[in-house]
Amino acid sequence: MTDALLEVNGLRTVFDTRAGTVCAVDGVDATVRRGECLGVVGESGSGKSVTFASVMGLVRPPGRIEAGRILFEGRDLRALSPRQMRAIRGRDIAMTMQDALTALNPALTVGEQMAEMMEAHDESLPASRGARRRAIAERSAEMLGLVGIPSAGERLRQYPHEFSGGMRQRIMIAIALASRPKLLIADEPTTALDVTIQAQVLELITDIRAELGMSVVLITHDLGVVAEHCDRVMVMYAGQVVETGPTADVIGAPRHPYTKGLLASIPRLALRGQRIRPIEGQVPELIDLPPQCRFYSRCPERGPECLRPVEMHDAGEGREARCVRVVPEMVS
Amino acid sequence: MTGSAPLLEVDKLVKEYRGGRRLADRLTGRPETVVRAVTGVSLSIARGEIVGLIGESGCGKSTLGRSILRLHEPTSGRVTFDGTDVTALAAPAMKAMRRRMQIIFQDPYASLNPRRTVGEIVGLPLRLHGLARSPAEVRDLVAAMIEKVGLKSAHLDRYPHQFSGGQRQRIGIARALVSHPEFIVCDEPVSALDVSIQAQIIQLLTDLKSEMGLTYLFISHDISVIGYLSDRVAVMYLGELVEFGPVEDVLARPRHPYTQSLMSAVPEVDRPGHRHRVRLEGDLPSPLAPPPGCRFHTRCPFATDICRREAPRTETVGPGHTAACHRLSENLSLLDEEQA
Repeated sequence: MTDALLEVNGLRTVFDTRAGTVCAVDGVDATVRRGECLGVVGESGSGKSVTFASVMGLVRPPGRIEAGRILFEGRDLRALSPRQMRAIRGRDIAMTMQDALTALNPALTVGEQMAEMMEAHDESLPASRGARRRAIAERSAEMLGLVGIPSAGERLRQYPHEFSGGMRQRIMIAIALASRPKLLIADEPTTALDVTIQAQVLELITDIRAELGMSVVLITHDLGVVAEHCDRVMVMYAGQVVETGPTADVIGAPRHPYTKGLLASIPRLALRGQRIRPIEGQVPELIDLPPQCRFYSRCPERGPECLRPVEMHDAGEGREARCVRVVPEMVS
Repeated sequence: MTGSAPLLEVDKLVKEYRGGRRLADRLTGRPETVVRAVTGVSLSIARGEIVGLIGESGCGKSTLGRSILRLHEPTSGRVTFDGTDVTALAAPAMKAMRRRMQIIFQDPYASLNPRRTVGEIVGLPLRLHGLARSPAEVRDLVAAMIEKVGLKSAHLDRYPHQFSGGQRQRIGIARALVSHPEFIVCDEPVSALDVSIQAQIIQLLTDLKSEMGLTYLFISHDISVIGYLSDRVAVMYLGELVEFGPVEDVLARPRHPYTQSLMSAVPEVDRPGHRHRVRLEGDLPSPLAPPPGCRFHTRCPFATDICRREAPRTETVGPGHTAACHRLSENLSLLDEEQA
């Protein structure tokens, strides 16, 4: 066994719609190693959230996982019963959602929601009711303290609407971390937040990751966030992984034309006076895609050899890219 | 800034929202709640310039943009556009003025009427201002505009829901520009878009600006976008401008601790991890009960007694560069030397 905590192979998740079958995730391979932070980058509809919702067993009809293997510590999660999956979800793998206001239950206090989590997953709690309540209250306060929410005792009796956006995101992280998971999947944890609050939340995740030694999957559309917080990055486009590798290498010298285009699209002070070169066109519809490179219509480097399905190519140094122009020899 | 008279001048603009008092409040003598969203902002914009307005949610930047256009009536203060006091105009004159001052909204879903076709949406300003002599002329002008923003005239009979977010934003831009205005408030026009689409829209806005000779007040919370396209930048915190000046000075050598912490918080692909980050503690205070003294003092690492007592005056710190902080003379910085 390698040091892989999570291994996804050939994952294919589809949604049946009236217009046809939408293939949201098409043959995704992904590995998360122990203790690492993997950044998953892509635009809306790239399949980044659906991939990890599939891992969590959260895909509901009309969606279904059509193929693929999801191994967590060597166990195939797709072969587990719903009951067994429930035991893993929340305890070993926890997920935080982008929109904390809709993800938290508005009718329960924060303390009640944390207690619910611990009741479901923590076998180490004492058996007697009184001792159990005290243990839960203590742990809840400790977790809120860990995510930097002051006067935790009082705050536990409050409802989600009484907190600011940044605070709610922290609370969701606190709930996710209450069971000390081995893997935290953070789906756009800072997208709805202001930049100073975003910095607080991301640093919190990085600190806790070091403290608890857990692995983190950070799903985001922000390459800057990935550059500063992730060891490795996986770029997704139209349901496929198009490039993976160590973050600094991928961002420093992208191999796939889509990654290059994304990086060139980011406006910044340093580019003042120069034209940014946006990627032309739009993401294709995910219904009845032709068997060719999915980036073909927008790619500045396209050629006739791209008009067939493209596999991942070895791009050297632990890197891969889904482009026919990539050959390991070109690695400098 | 150019030497000529500014196209737009905002002088001590204040916008308050009153909470209203319920009967119980009146009987108990409880005072009315007042949110001071914008508290005395002054700035000027030269013709052909892009002024970026940056700040976090709730700082009042959108309120300022809308008060300038009188979409929200300012509580006090004055807005002068091309020599005319806009705040004093009566309704018919204001309507005529609106042809010259337009706005592009953030949300391309909420800002287009779902029951009107693209042709009707973009044609409305022409009809309102009587800028075309016949329906056929409206259609021609609309078609020309829609092609200018990168859509096709075949799209004119479609409805907004048939378009993607980026295309809808193009429709919103066409609507704002079809009456050939001179000044546009761009209220977070790219914040709801994906990175690759965002770049297309930014490029479109800069191209249209030079082509049509436009002047922008560009509101955004994204420092990278502001830094890329603004000539000057205004930084807003809790209803006040804390720093204002040429973009190179303000973003490269920020003087106000809030601007410094904003700069430090932005994750950038260019220089990951090689700087120490200033972590601002806490959240934005409620504008219902802003802190006394300097409004930033509750989160400022440099705050002293005077900051808690007295509001700082706006001082000039360089050519065309102003900041409002008690400790400017001490040259404090939250940023590393290499960043400065």
